[in-house]
Amino acid sequence: MSDKEPAVTQATLVKKAAPKSDYKPADVSPQRRVQRSFAVRLWSIRHSRLLEWFYSRFADAFLLLHPLWKGLGYGRVEAPIKFVEKRVKGFMFDCRMCGQCILSSTGMSCPMNCPKQLRNGPCGGVRANGNCEVEPNMPCVWVKAWEGSQNMVNSDKILAVQKPVDQSLRETSAWLRVTAQAAAAREAAANAGTGAAA
Amino acid sequence: MMARQRDENPAGIHLPLDPLPGHSSRGRLERVLRRGEFAVTTELNPPDSADPEDVYNRAKIFDGWVDAINAVDASGANCHMSSVGICALLTRMGYAPIMQIACRDKNRIAIQGDVLGGAAMGVANMLCLTGDGVQAGDQPGAKPVFDLDSMSLLETVRIMRDNGKFLSGRKLTTPPQVFLGAAVNPFAPPFDFRPIHLGKKIAAGAQFVQTQYCFDVPMFKTFMQKARDLGHTEKVFVLCGVGPLASAKTAKWIRSNVPGIHIPDAVIKRLEGAQDQKKEGKQLCIDIINEVKEIPGVAGIHVMAYRQEEYVAEIVDESGVLKGRQPWKREVRRDDQIVADRLDRILHDEITETQVDMVKTAH
Repeated sequence: MSDKEPAVTQATLVKKAAPKSDYKPADVSPQRRVQRSFAVRLWSIRHSRLLEWFYSRFADAFLLLHPLWKGLGYGRVEAPIKFVEKRVKGFMFDCRMCGQCILSSTGMSCPMNCPKQLRNGPCGGVRANGNCEVEPNMPCVWVKAWEGSQNMVNSDKILAVQKPVDQSLRETSAWLRVTAQAAAAREAAANAGTGAAA
Repeated sequence: MMARQRDENPAGIHLPLDPLPGHSSRGRLERVLRRGEFAVTTELNPPDSADPEDVYNRAKIFDGWVDAINAVDASGANCHMSSVGICALLTRMGYAPIMQIACRDKNRIAIQGDVLGGAAMGVANMLCLTGDGVQAGDQPGAKPVFDLDSMSLLETVRIMRDNGKFLSGRKLTTPPQVFLGAAVNPFAPPFDFRPIHLGKKIAAGAQFVQTQYCFDVPMFKTFMQKARDLGHTEKVFVLCGVGPLASAKTAKWIRSNVPGIHIPDAVIKRLEGAQDQKKEGKQLCIDIINEVKEIPGVAGIHVMAYRQEEYVAEIVDESGVLKGRQPWKREVRRDDQIVADRLDRILHDEITETQVDMVKTAH
């Protein structure tokens, strides 16, 4: 585009139209107000391959600890694990605790940071410079997701059609859920194996 | 027996057509596309009124020139008559609407209800969209819903149609028979991902796609080349979005204010150099149509002439894309016409009819 992108956000318009007062909120969307700068998030996407490797080791470790979680009771460990998960993923990815993490399918770019919370790809409103239509100063989450996914080993995981977000799982631990599901799958496989043998 | 138009139910124009093998809907648009004819769709400018005549008058100007009419769902996040409402009116009159469903305003409960309601009214085509953000419209303080996204919406409607189930798994007694559409924008980044993204939409259930305004034909050609290489064009009907630009000033405004619409400098230069910019905008649109219709894999065009709807017929006519074919046109039925003529005679001609005279003229 030859024309300079005018950074007129809706917040600007609302601010202009609002009655004069001493307090003027920052010129960003409400969603953006609860976030920090996205430098760390962009670092995570640039290092998506490393994080993918780390994440799979981490998931294995968690699965190894399944007897511990089960012994203590998943319900009892939920609060401390969630405390850590929320802060770690919040720092690394600006995690929104949707409770059904798909970072490994989206190039380590958290899709819940998209103002439209799209989990299956970009909308048609991406600006020519690759920024978001809603927040002109933020790089599109899905442009970044595509870049991040191309660095990863499982780069085709981005092609899977994601189910809609289950809102009832918000603010729960995705780590524990994935671990419990993997353990259940492993047990089912083992049972099927012994059943076939017997 | 009166002459019936192709793709019309003899029992009534508002009724669904006979089911055909391999068709998922009982509508006209799917028949046109599956017959391999070059389809033309357009968009109805939704009225800000509660008067049904406003919808009918706006639909009438497309008569005989388009195969289906998009009923937009609060496009640009501006309040207008709802797409469900417009579809209810259009289906009554026998038109083939494409019901747009945007994820911005409704959650999955409301959307699935609207899908059933729309299909029950005779809507045969549904277009699944994400929708513009609320910041773009006249009510920026509204709560953005975005419960589903365009992809999961496609999948939801496909599951309802093919599996006869709600998203929850609860059974439907009669599934909606709809032809499913989606939108694609080949003119916005990430460009490498766009053709792959189209493949995802096909996997989710898209049977036809309408593109964003095409003003950059080479860019569209590149996109179509990739889509063909991936084998997408065999699975989906691509309708290329086109439309007239009113002036160079409008073009510049759109370029800097409407995200997702890509207008190259050459287009603006051409408009600026013209004597009559409006006429040139129309000619530009026709030229683009003539280029895109030759691209392999393009099954039709989607003419978006916002506030220039009167030009749609001229654009379609002058570009010659219909090749002499006339899409379905709302016609007055012969018996209705006889009654109307008779009433007209009784009311306006100064005559006194007696039974005796009537018997004489009847013989």
